[in-house]
Amino acid sequence: MPVYFLEILVVVLGVLLLLIDAFAPLKDKRALSWLGLVGLGVIFVLLFGVDTTAGESSFWDFYAVDGTSLFFKGLAIVTTMAVMVMGSDFAHVVVRQTAAPEEGAHPQAGLGEFYALPLFTCAGLMWMASAKNLVGIFVSLELVTISFYVLVAYLRRNVGSLEAGVKYLILGALSTGFLVYGFAWLFGITNTMDLAEIRAALSSETVNETGALFAFALILAAMAFKVGAAPFHMWIPDVYQGAPTPITAFLSVGSKAAGFIVLVRLAEPFLVSPILSEQAVLVFTVLAVLTLIVGNFSALPQKNFKRLLAYSSVAHAGFLLTALACWRPEAGSTVSSMQVIGFYLAAYLLMTLASFLALTAIRKANESESFDSFVGLAKRSPFLAFSLLLAMASLAGIPLTAGFIGKFMVFQLALAQGSYILLIVAIIAAALGFYYYLKIAISMYVEEPGKKADLSAIRVSPLTAIALVTLLALIIVAGVQPNLIFALMG
Amino acid sequence: MTILEAIVLFPLLGALVILLGAPARFIAQGCSTLVFLFSLYVLFQFNLGKEGGFQFTSSRTLLEMEGFPTLSLAFGLDGMSAVMLILSTLVLMAATFVAPKENLLNGRSKLYYTCIMLIGAGAIGAFCSTDLFFFYAFHELALIPTFLMIGMFGRGENRTSVAWTITIFLGVGSLVLLVGLLWLVQALGATTFDIEQLTALAQGASAVDADLQKWIFLILLIGFGVLVSLFPLHSWAPAAYAQAPAPVAMLHAGVLKKFGLYGLLRVAMPMLPAGAEAWTNLILVLLLGNILYIGFVTIAQSRLDMMLGYSSVMHMGYVFLGVISVNEIGLGGAILLMFAHGVSIAVLYALCGAVESRYGTLNFDELGGIAKSVPRLGVLFGMAAFASIGLPGFANFAAEVAVFFGAFRDADTNNLGFLQWAGILAIWGVVISAVYMLRAFRSIFMGPQPEKLAQKQGDISLVQAFPVVVLVAALLLIGFKPELLNQFIRPIAHSLETAISVIAK
Repeated sequence: MPVYFLEILVVVLGVLLLLIDAFAPLKDKRALSWLGLVGLGVIFVLLFGVDTTAGESSFWDFYAVDGTSLFFKGLAIVTTMAVMVMGSDFAHVVVRQTAAPEEGAHPQAGLGEFYALPLFTCAGLMWMASAKNLVGIFVSLELVTISFYVLVAYLRRNVGSLEAGVKYLILGALSTGFLVYGFAWLFGITNTMDLAEIRAALSSETVNETGALFAFALILAAMAFKVGAAPFHMWIPDVYQGAPTPITAFLSVGSKAAGFIVLVRLAEPFLVSPILSEQAVLVFTVLAVLTLIVGNFSALPQKNFKRLLAYSSVAHAGFLLTALACWRPEAGSTVSSMQVIGFYLAAYLLMTLASFLALTAIRKANESESFDSFVGLAKRSPFLAFSLLLAMASLAGIPLTAGFIGKFMVFQLALAQGSYILLIVAIIAAALGFYYYLKIAISMYVEEPGKKADLSAIRVSPLTAIALVTLLALIIVAGVQPNLIFALMG
Repeated sequence: MTILEAIVLFPLLGALVILLGAPARFIAQGCSTLVFLFSLYVLFQFNLGKEGGFQFTSSRTLLEMEGFPTLSLAFGLDGMSAVMLILSTLVLMAATFVAPKENLLNGRSKLYYTCIMLIGAGAIGAFCSTDLFFFYAFHELALIPTFLMIGMFGRGENRTSVAWTITIFLGVGSLVLLVGLLWLVQALGATTFDIEQLTALAQGASAVDADLQKWIFLILLIGFGVLVSLFPLHSWAPAAYAQAPAPVAMLHAGVLKKFGLYGLLRVAMPMLPAGAEAWTNLILVLLLGNILYIGFVTIAQSRLDMMLGYSSVMHMGYVFLGVISVNEIGLGGAILLMFAHGVSIAVLYALCGAVESRYGTLNFDELGGIAKSVPRLGVLFGMAAFASIGLPGFANFAAEVAVFFGAFRDADTNNLGFLQWAGILAIWGVVISAVYMLRAFRSIFMGPQPEKLAQKQGDISLVQAFPVVVLVAALLLIGFKPELLNQFIRPIAHSLETAISVIAK
């Protein structure tokens, strides 16, 4: 089976969900999320059986198949599966916050699309991993972004969600404009849309340096917006806080992973070009330093858990950019920047999804996401508190968790490539992380709940429990046995 | 699976089982006793005739890629780590027996015992690892449990801020350490984290350039220095130990803190001898800060728990003196002192907890004359105090004597060097120890009993005394026959001396 069948299957699954939602009389529409989950699971299994040689030149040579792209497709599918699990836990909030059902309508009207849309996003993310042509990149990126516009603003009767949607739409459209303009310049200079040919053209002696750098700046501005790098990160806290929690998780993991693979693919021609690499590395270094500083320092005073995770996602973008700024090309079996980024993203996916899963489960019992609402959690649900503790430990980079190996490899890369400034900033950033990630542990374990506090036990649905335990186990396994993830990267 | 892997794995498994709901105290005590017996068995099986190198080795490669040093989960023991292993397992066992019964823990016994087991597992794993990565990683394993234990079960009002202080100090210290270790591996051009291979590289042809050694050693000294509370990086320690529940104070002050010294002896000194040489004078000044300055600060304390915290910082100075004398006697003394101090401070913290649970206070002013009602407690405390001062008959004496002899071994008697002068000044530290320990003993156990305290309290039962008695017995045993541990230590001290002095000169 050629690889691109996977994307087609995901789209078919999405359409199927829409059709079932429209025509089948479902009592509980959460069944759609379970169906989506099962379907994605099947596609995930199929991912290991695809024929990587077939269909190499199909799609007018738009579609690349290599170990990295398969790995990122896997990440996209896993993320979407977790979003399905969260979505089923989150159903009651969606129902409450969308328009009131009309007379005679299904009480869960408007819930079906909440499960179908992420599948289209997933297809976009998967395609993005394989895009090797400017057109392919643009189309897949827009598929992802546009479905996110809808999903972010999905809670129609919630002001925060609407505000987040508008902010995301305006800034997202602006960044798309930059991207297209950058593509136009790149095409003008190199006379091609194909990344491999662009790389050759940019490395040649005759390249128009000023024009190329201009294109680079425009593309970088757009991609920095997508991955949430400072100073293009302004939208992140508000959008993350306002969006429905499952969608926040999807944004912070799926969108970031896809953004980074596109960023790496687009930046590589500049980073390997003998004429442009020096400037490109400089720009990435500045961007990484800024992102590390802004992300980590802004996270320190946060009192809302979702905002904290938003700044944490900026902070982690900083570490990923550090790996990019310390560029080490893919050569033989040496660990390349791409592999470090791949591992880091996989680790980031595990721990962020675990945090959001726990948060969604807690959100079922709590109306707010501020730290105060976590007080006494250790008594209300020891399981959730412990899961969150482990996820935070991994995000902070405590050894024997996946998060530590990711940071460790970034440090090692920075040292090996001699970027001492980045190393120092990254160390300071990691030290700050200890504080703001462990702050939540104080709320959960140490602070005494007030007299009026609700201390009823929180019930965790079996699906969420299974997903959480799987993610936590993977965090530990990847932290002790990192080879497994590198083996998946091929 | 080798026996060493089992020793490292068991406490981790114990923690997991407790977390999943098994009877916490029972599992913790059973597991730690089993691990202690295992490590005794390992000590008996240890081949003393073997020259250098690790024994009971095992290695599982976890990550092997070009451009990145190979990562393996590797364990092994040599004379030094054998001593540290028996110290860790001994104190872990005592700590689980000292820990309160489940019904006193307000429904949080699961977390309590899980944390204790994790702290113990971190220490054991760090001392048994022969791979630099896991050597570091296991030590970090203890960080969050310590944070939670002090935050949740700490004794004072400001326990949250104390928990933050220790976590941030140790977290930042470990990050500095991580940079130093990575830089070291990078500078050696190594493709592995295996400590034995790294040492061979560092002492062979690809030794690090002397100028670079100096800077890497400084980073490592700061990193390890924070962990071991080297003056002036010590300020986290006394308050943290004073606030921590007794088992955590025992494990941390007794065992985990030694990781910094162990790291200096295992990594920094043998791999960067020229760097160590370059900073000898600095270290001598700092260790005098530990012994004399902190010594006087200790005298000024008015609470038993704070006094013990400062005294444990102070005694690290002696270990540094042994380390920096870089000869067989001094290094051997330093390793023995790590054991002796670890055991004696564990006893003191266990008894400190016992006093507090009976009288509700640790202020010298409010206590007095309690030996009449709790004679067993008094005797045990007295012995531990004597050990801590370094009176003959206890392991601390044997170790401190070796440290002082080490400082003078190569001395030119007509023209004493800085090392010898530091040794002379450090000896006065013994007097300082005697002042504060005896004063504490007198004001708590002797003299008239204040009226408020008049109510009679029950002495510790034989069952409660058991862990403390075991520890005191260990101190006496090693005090009367230091050879029991010295036979492990001597070869490693000898080879350390040769390795360091040959390269440094």
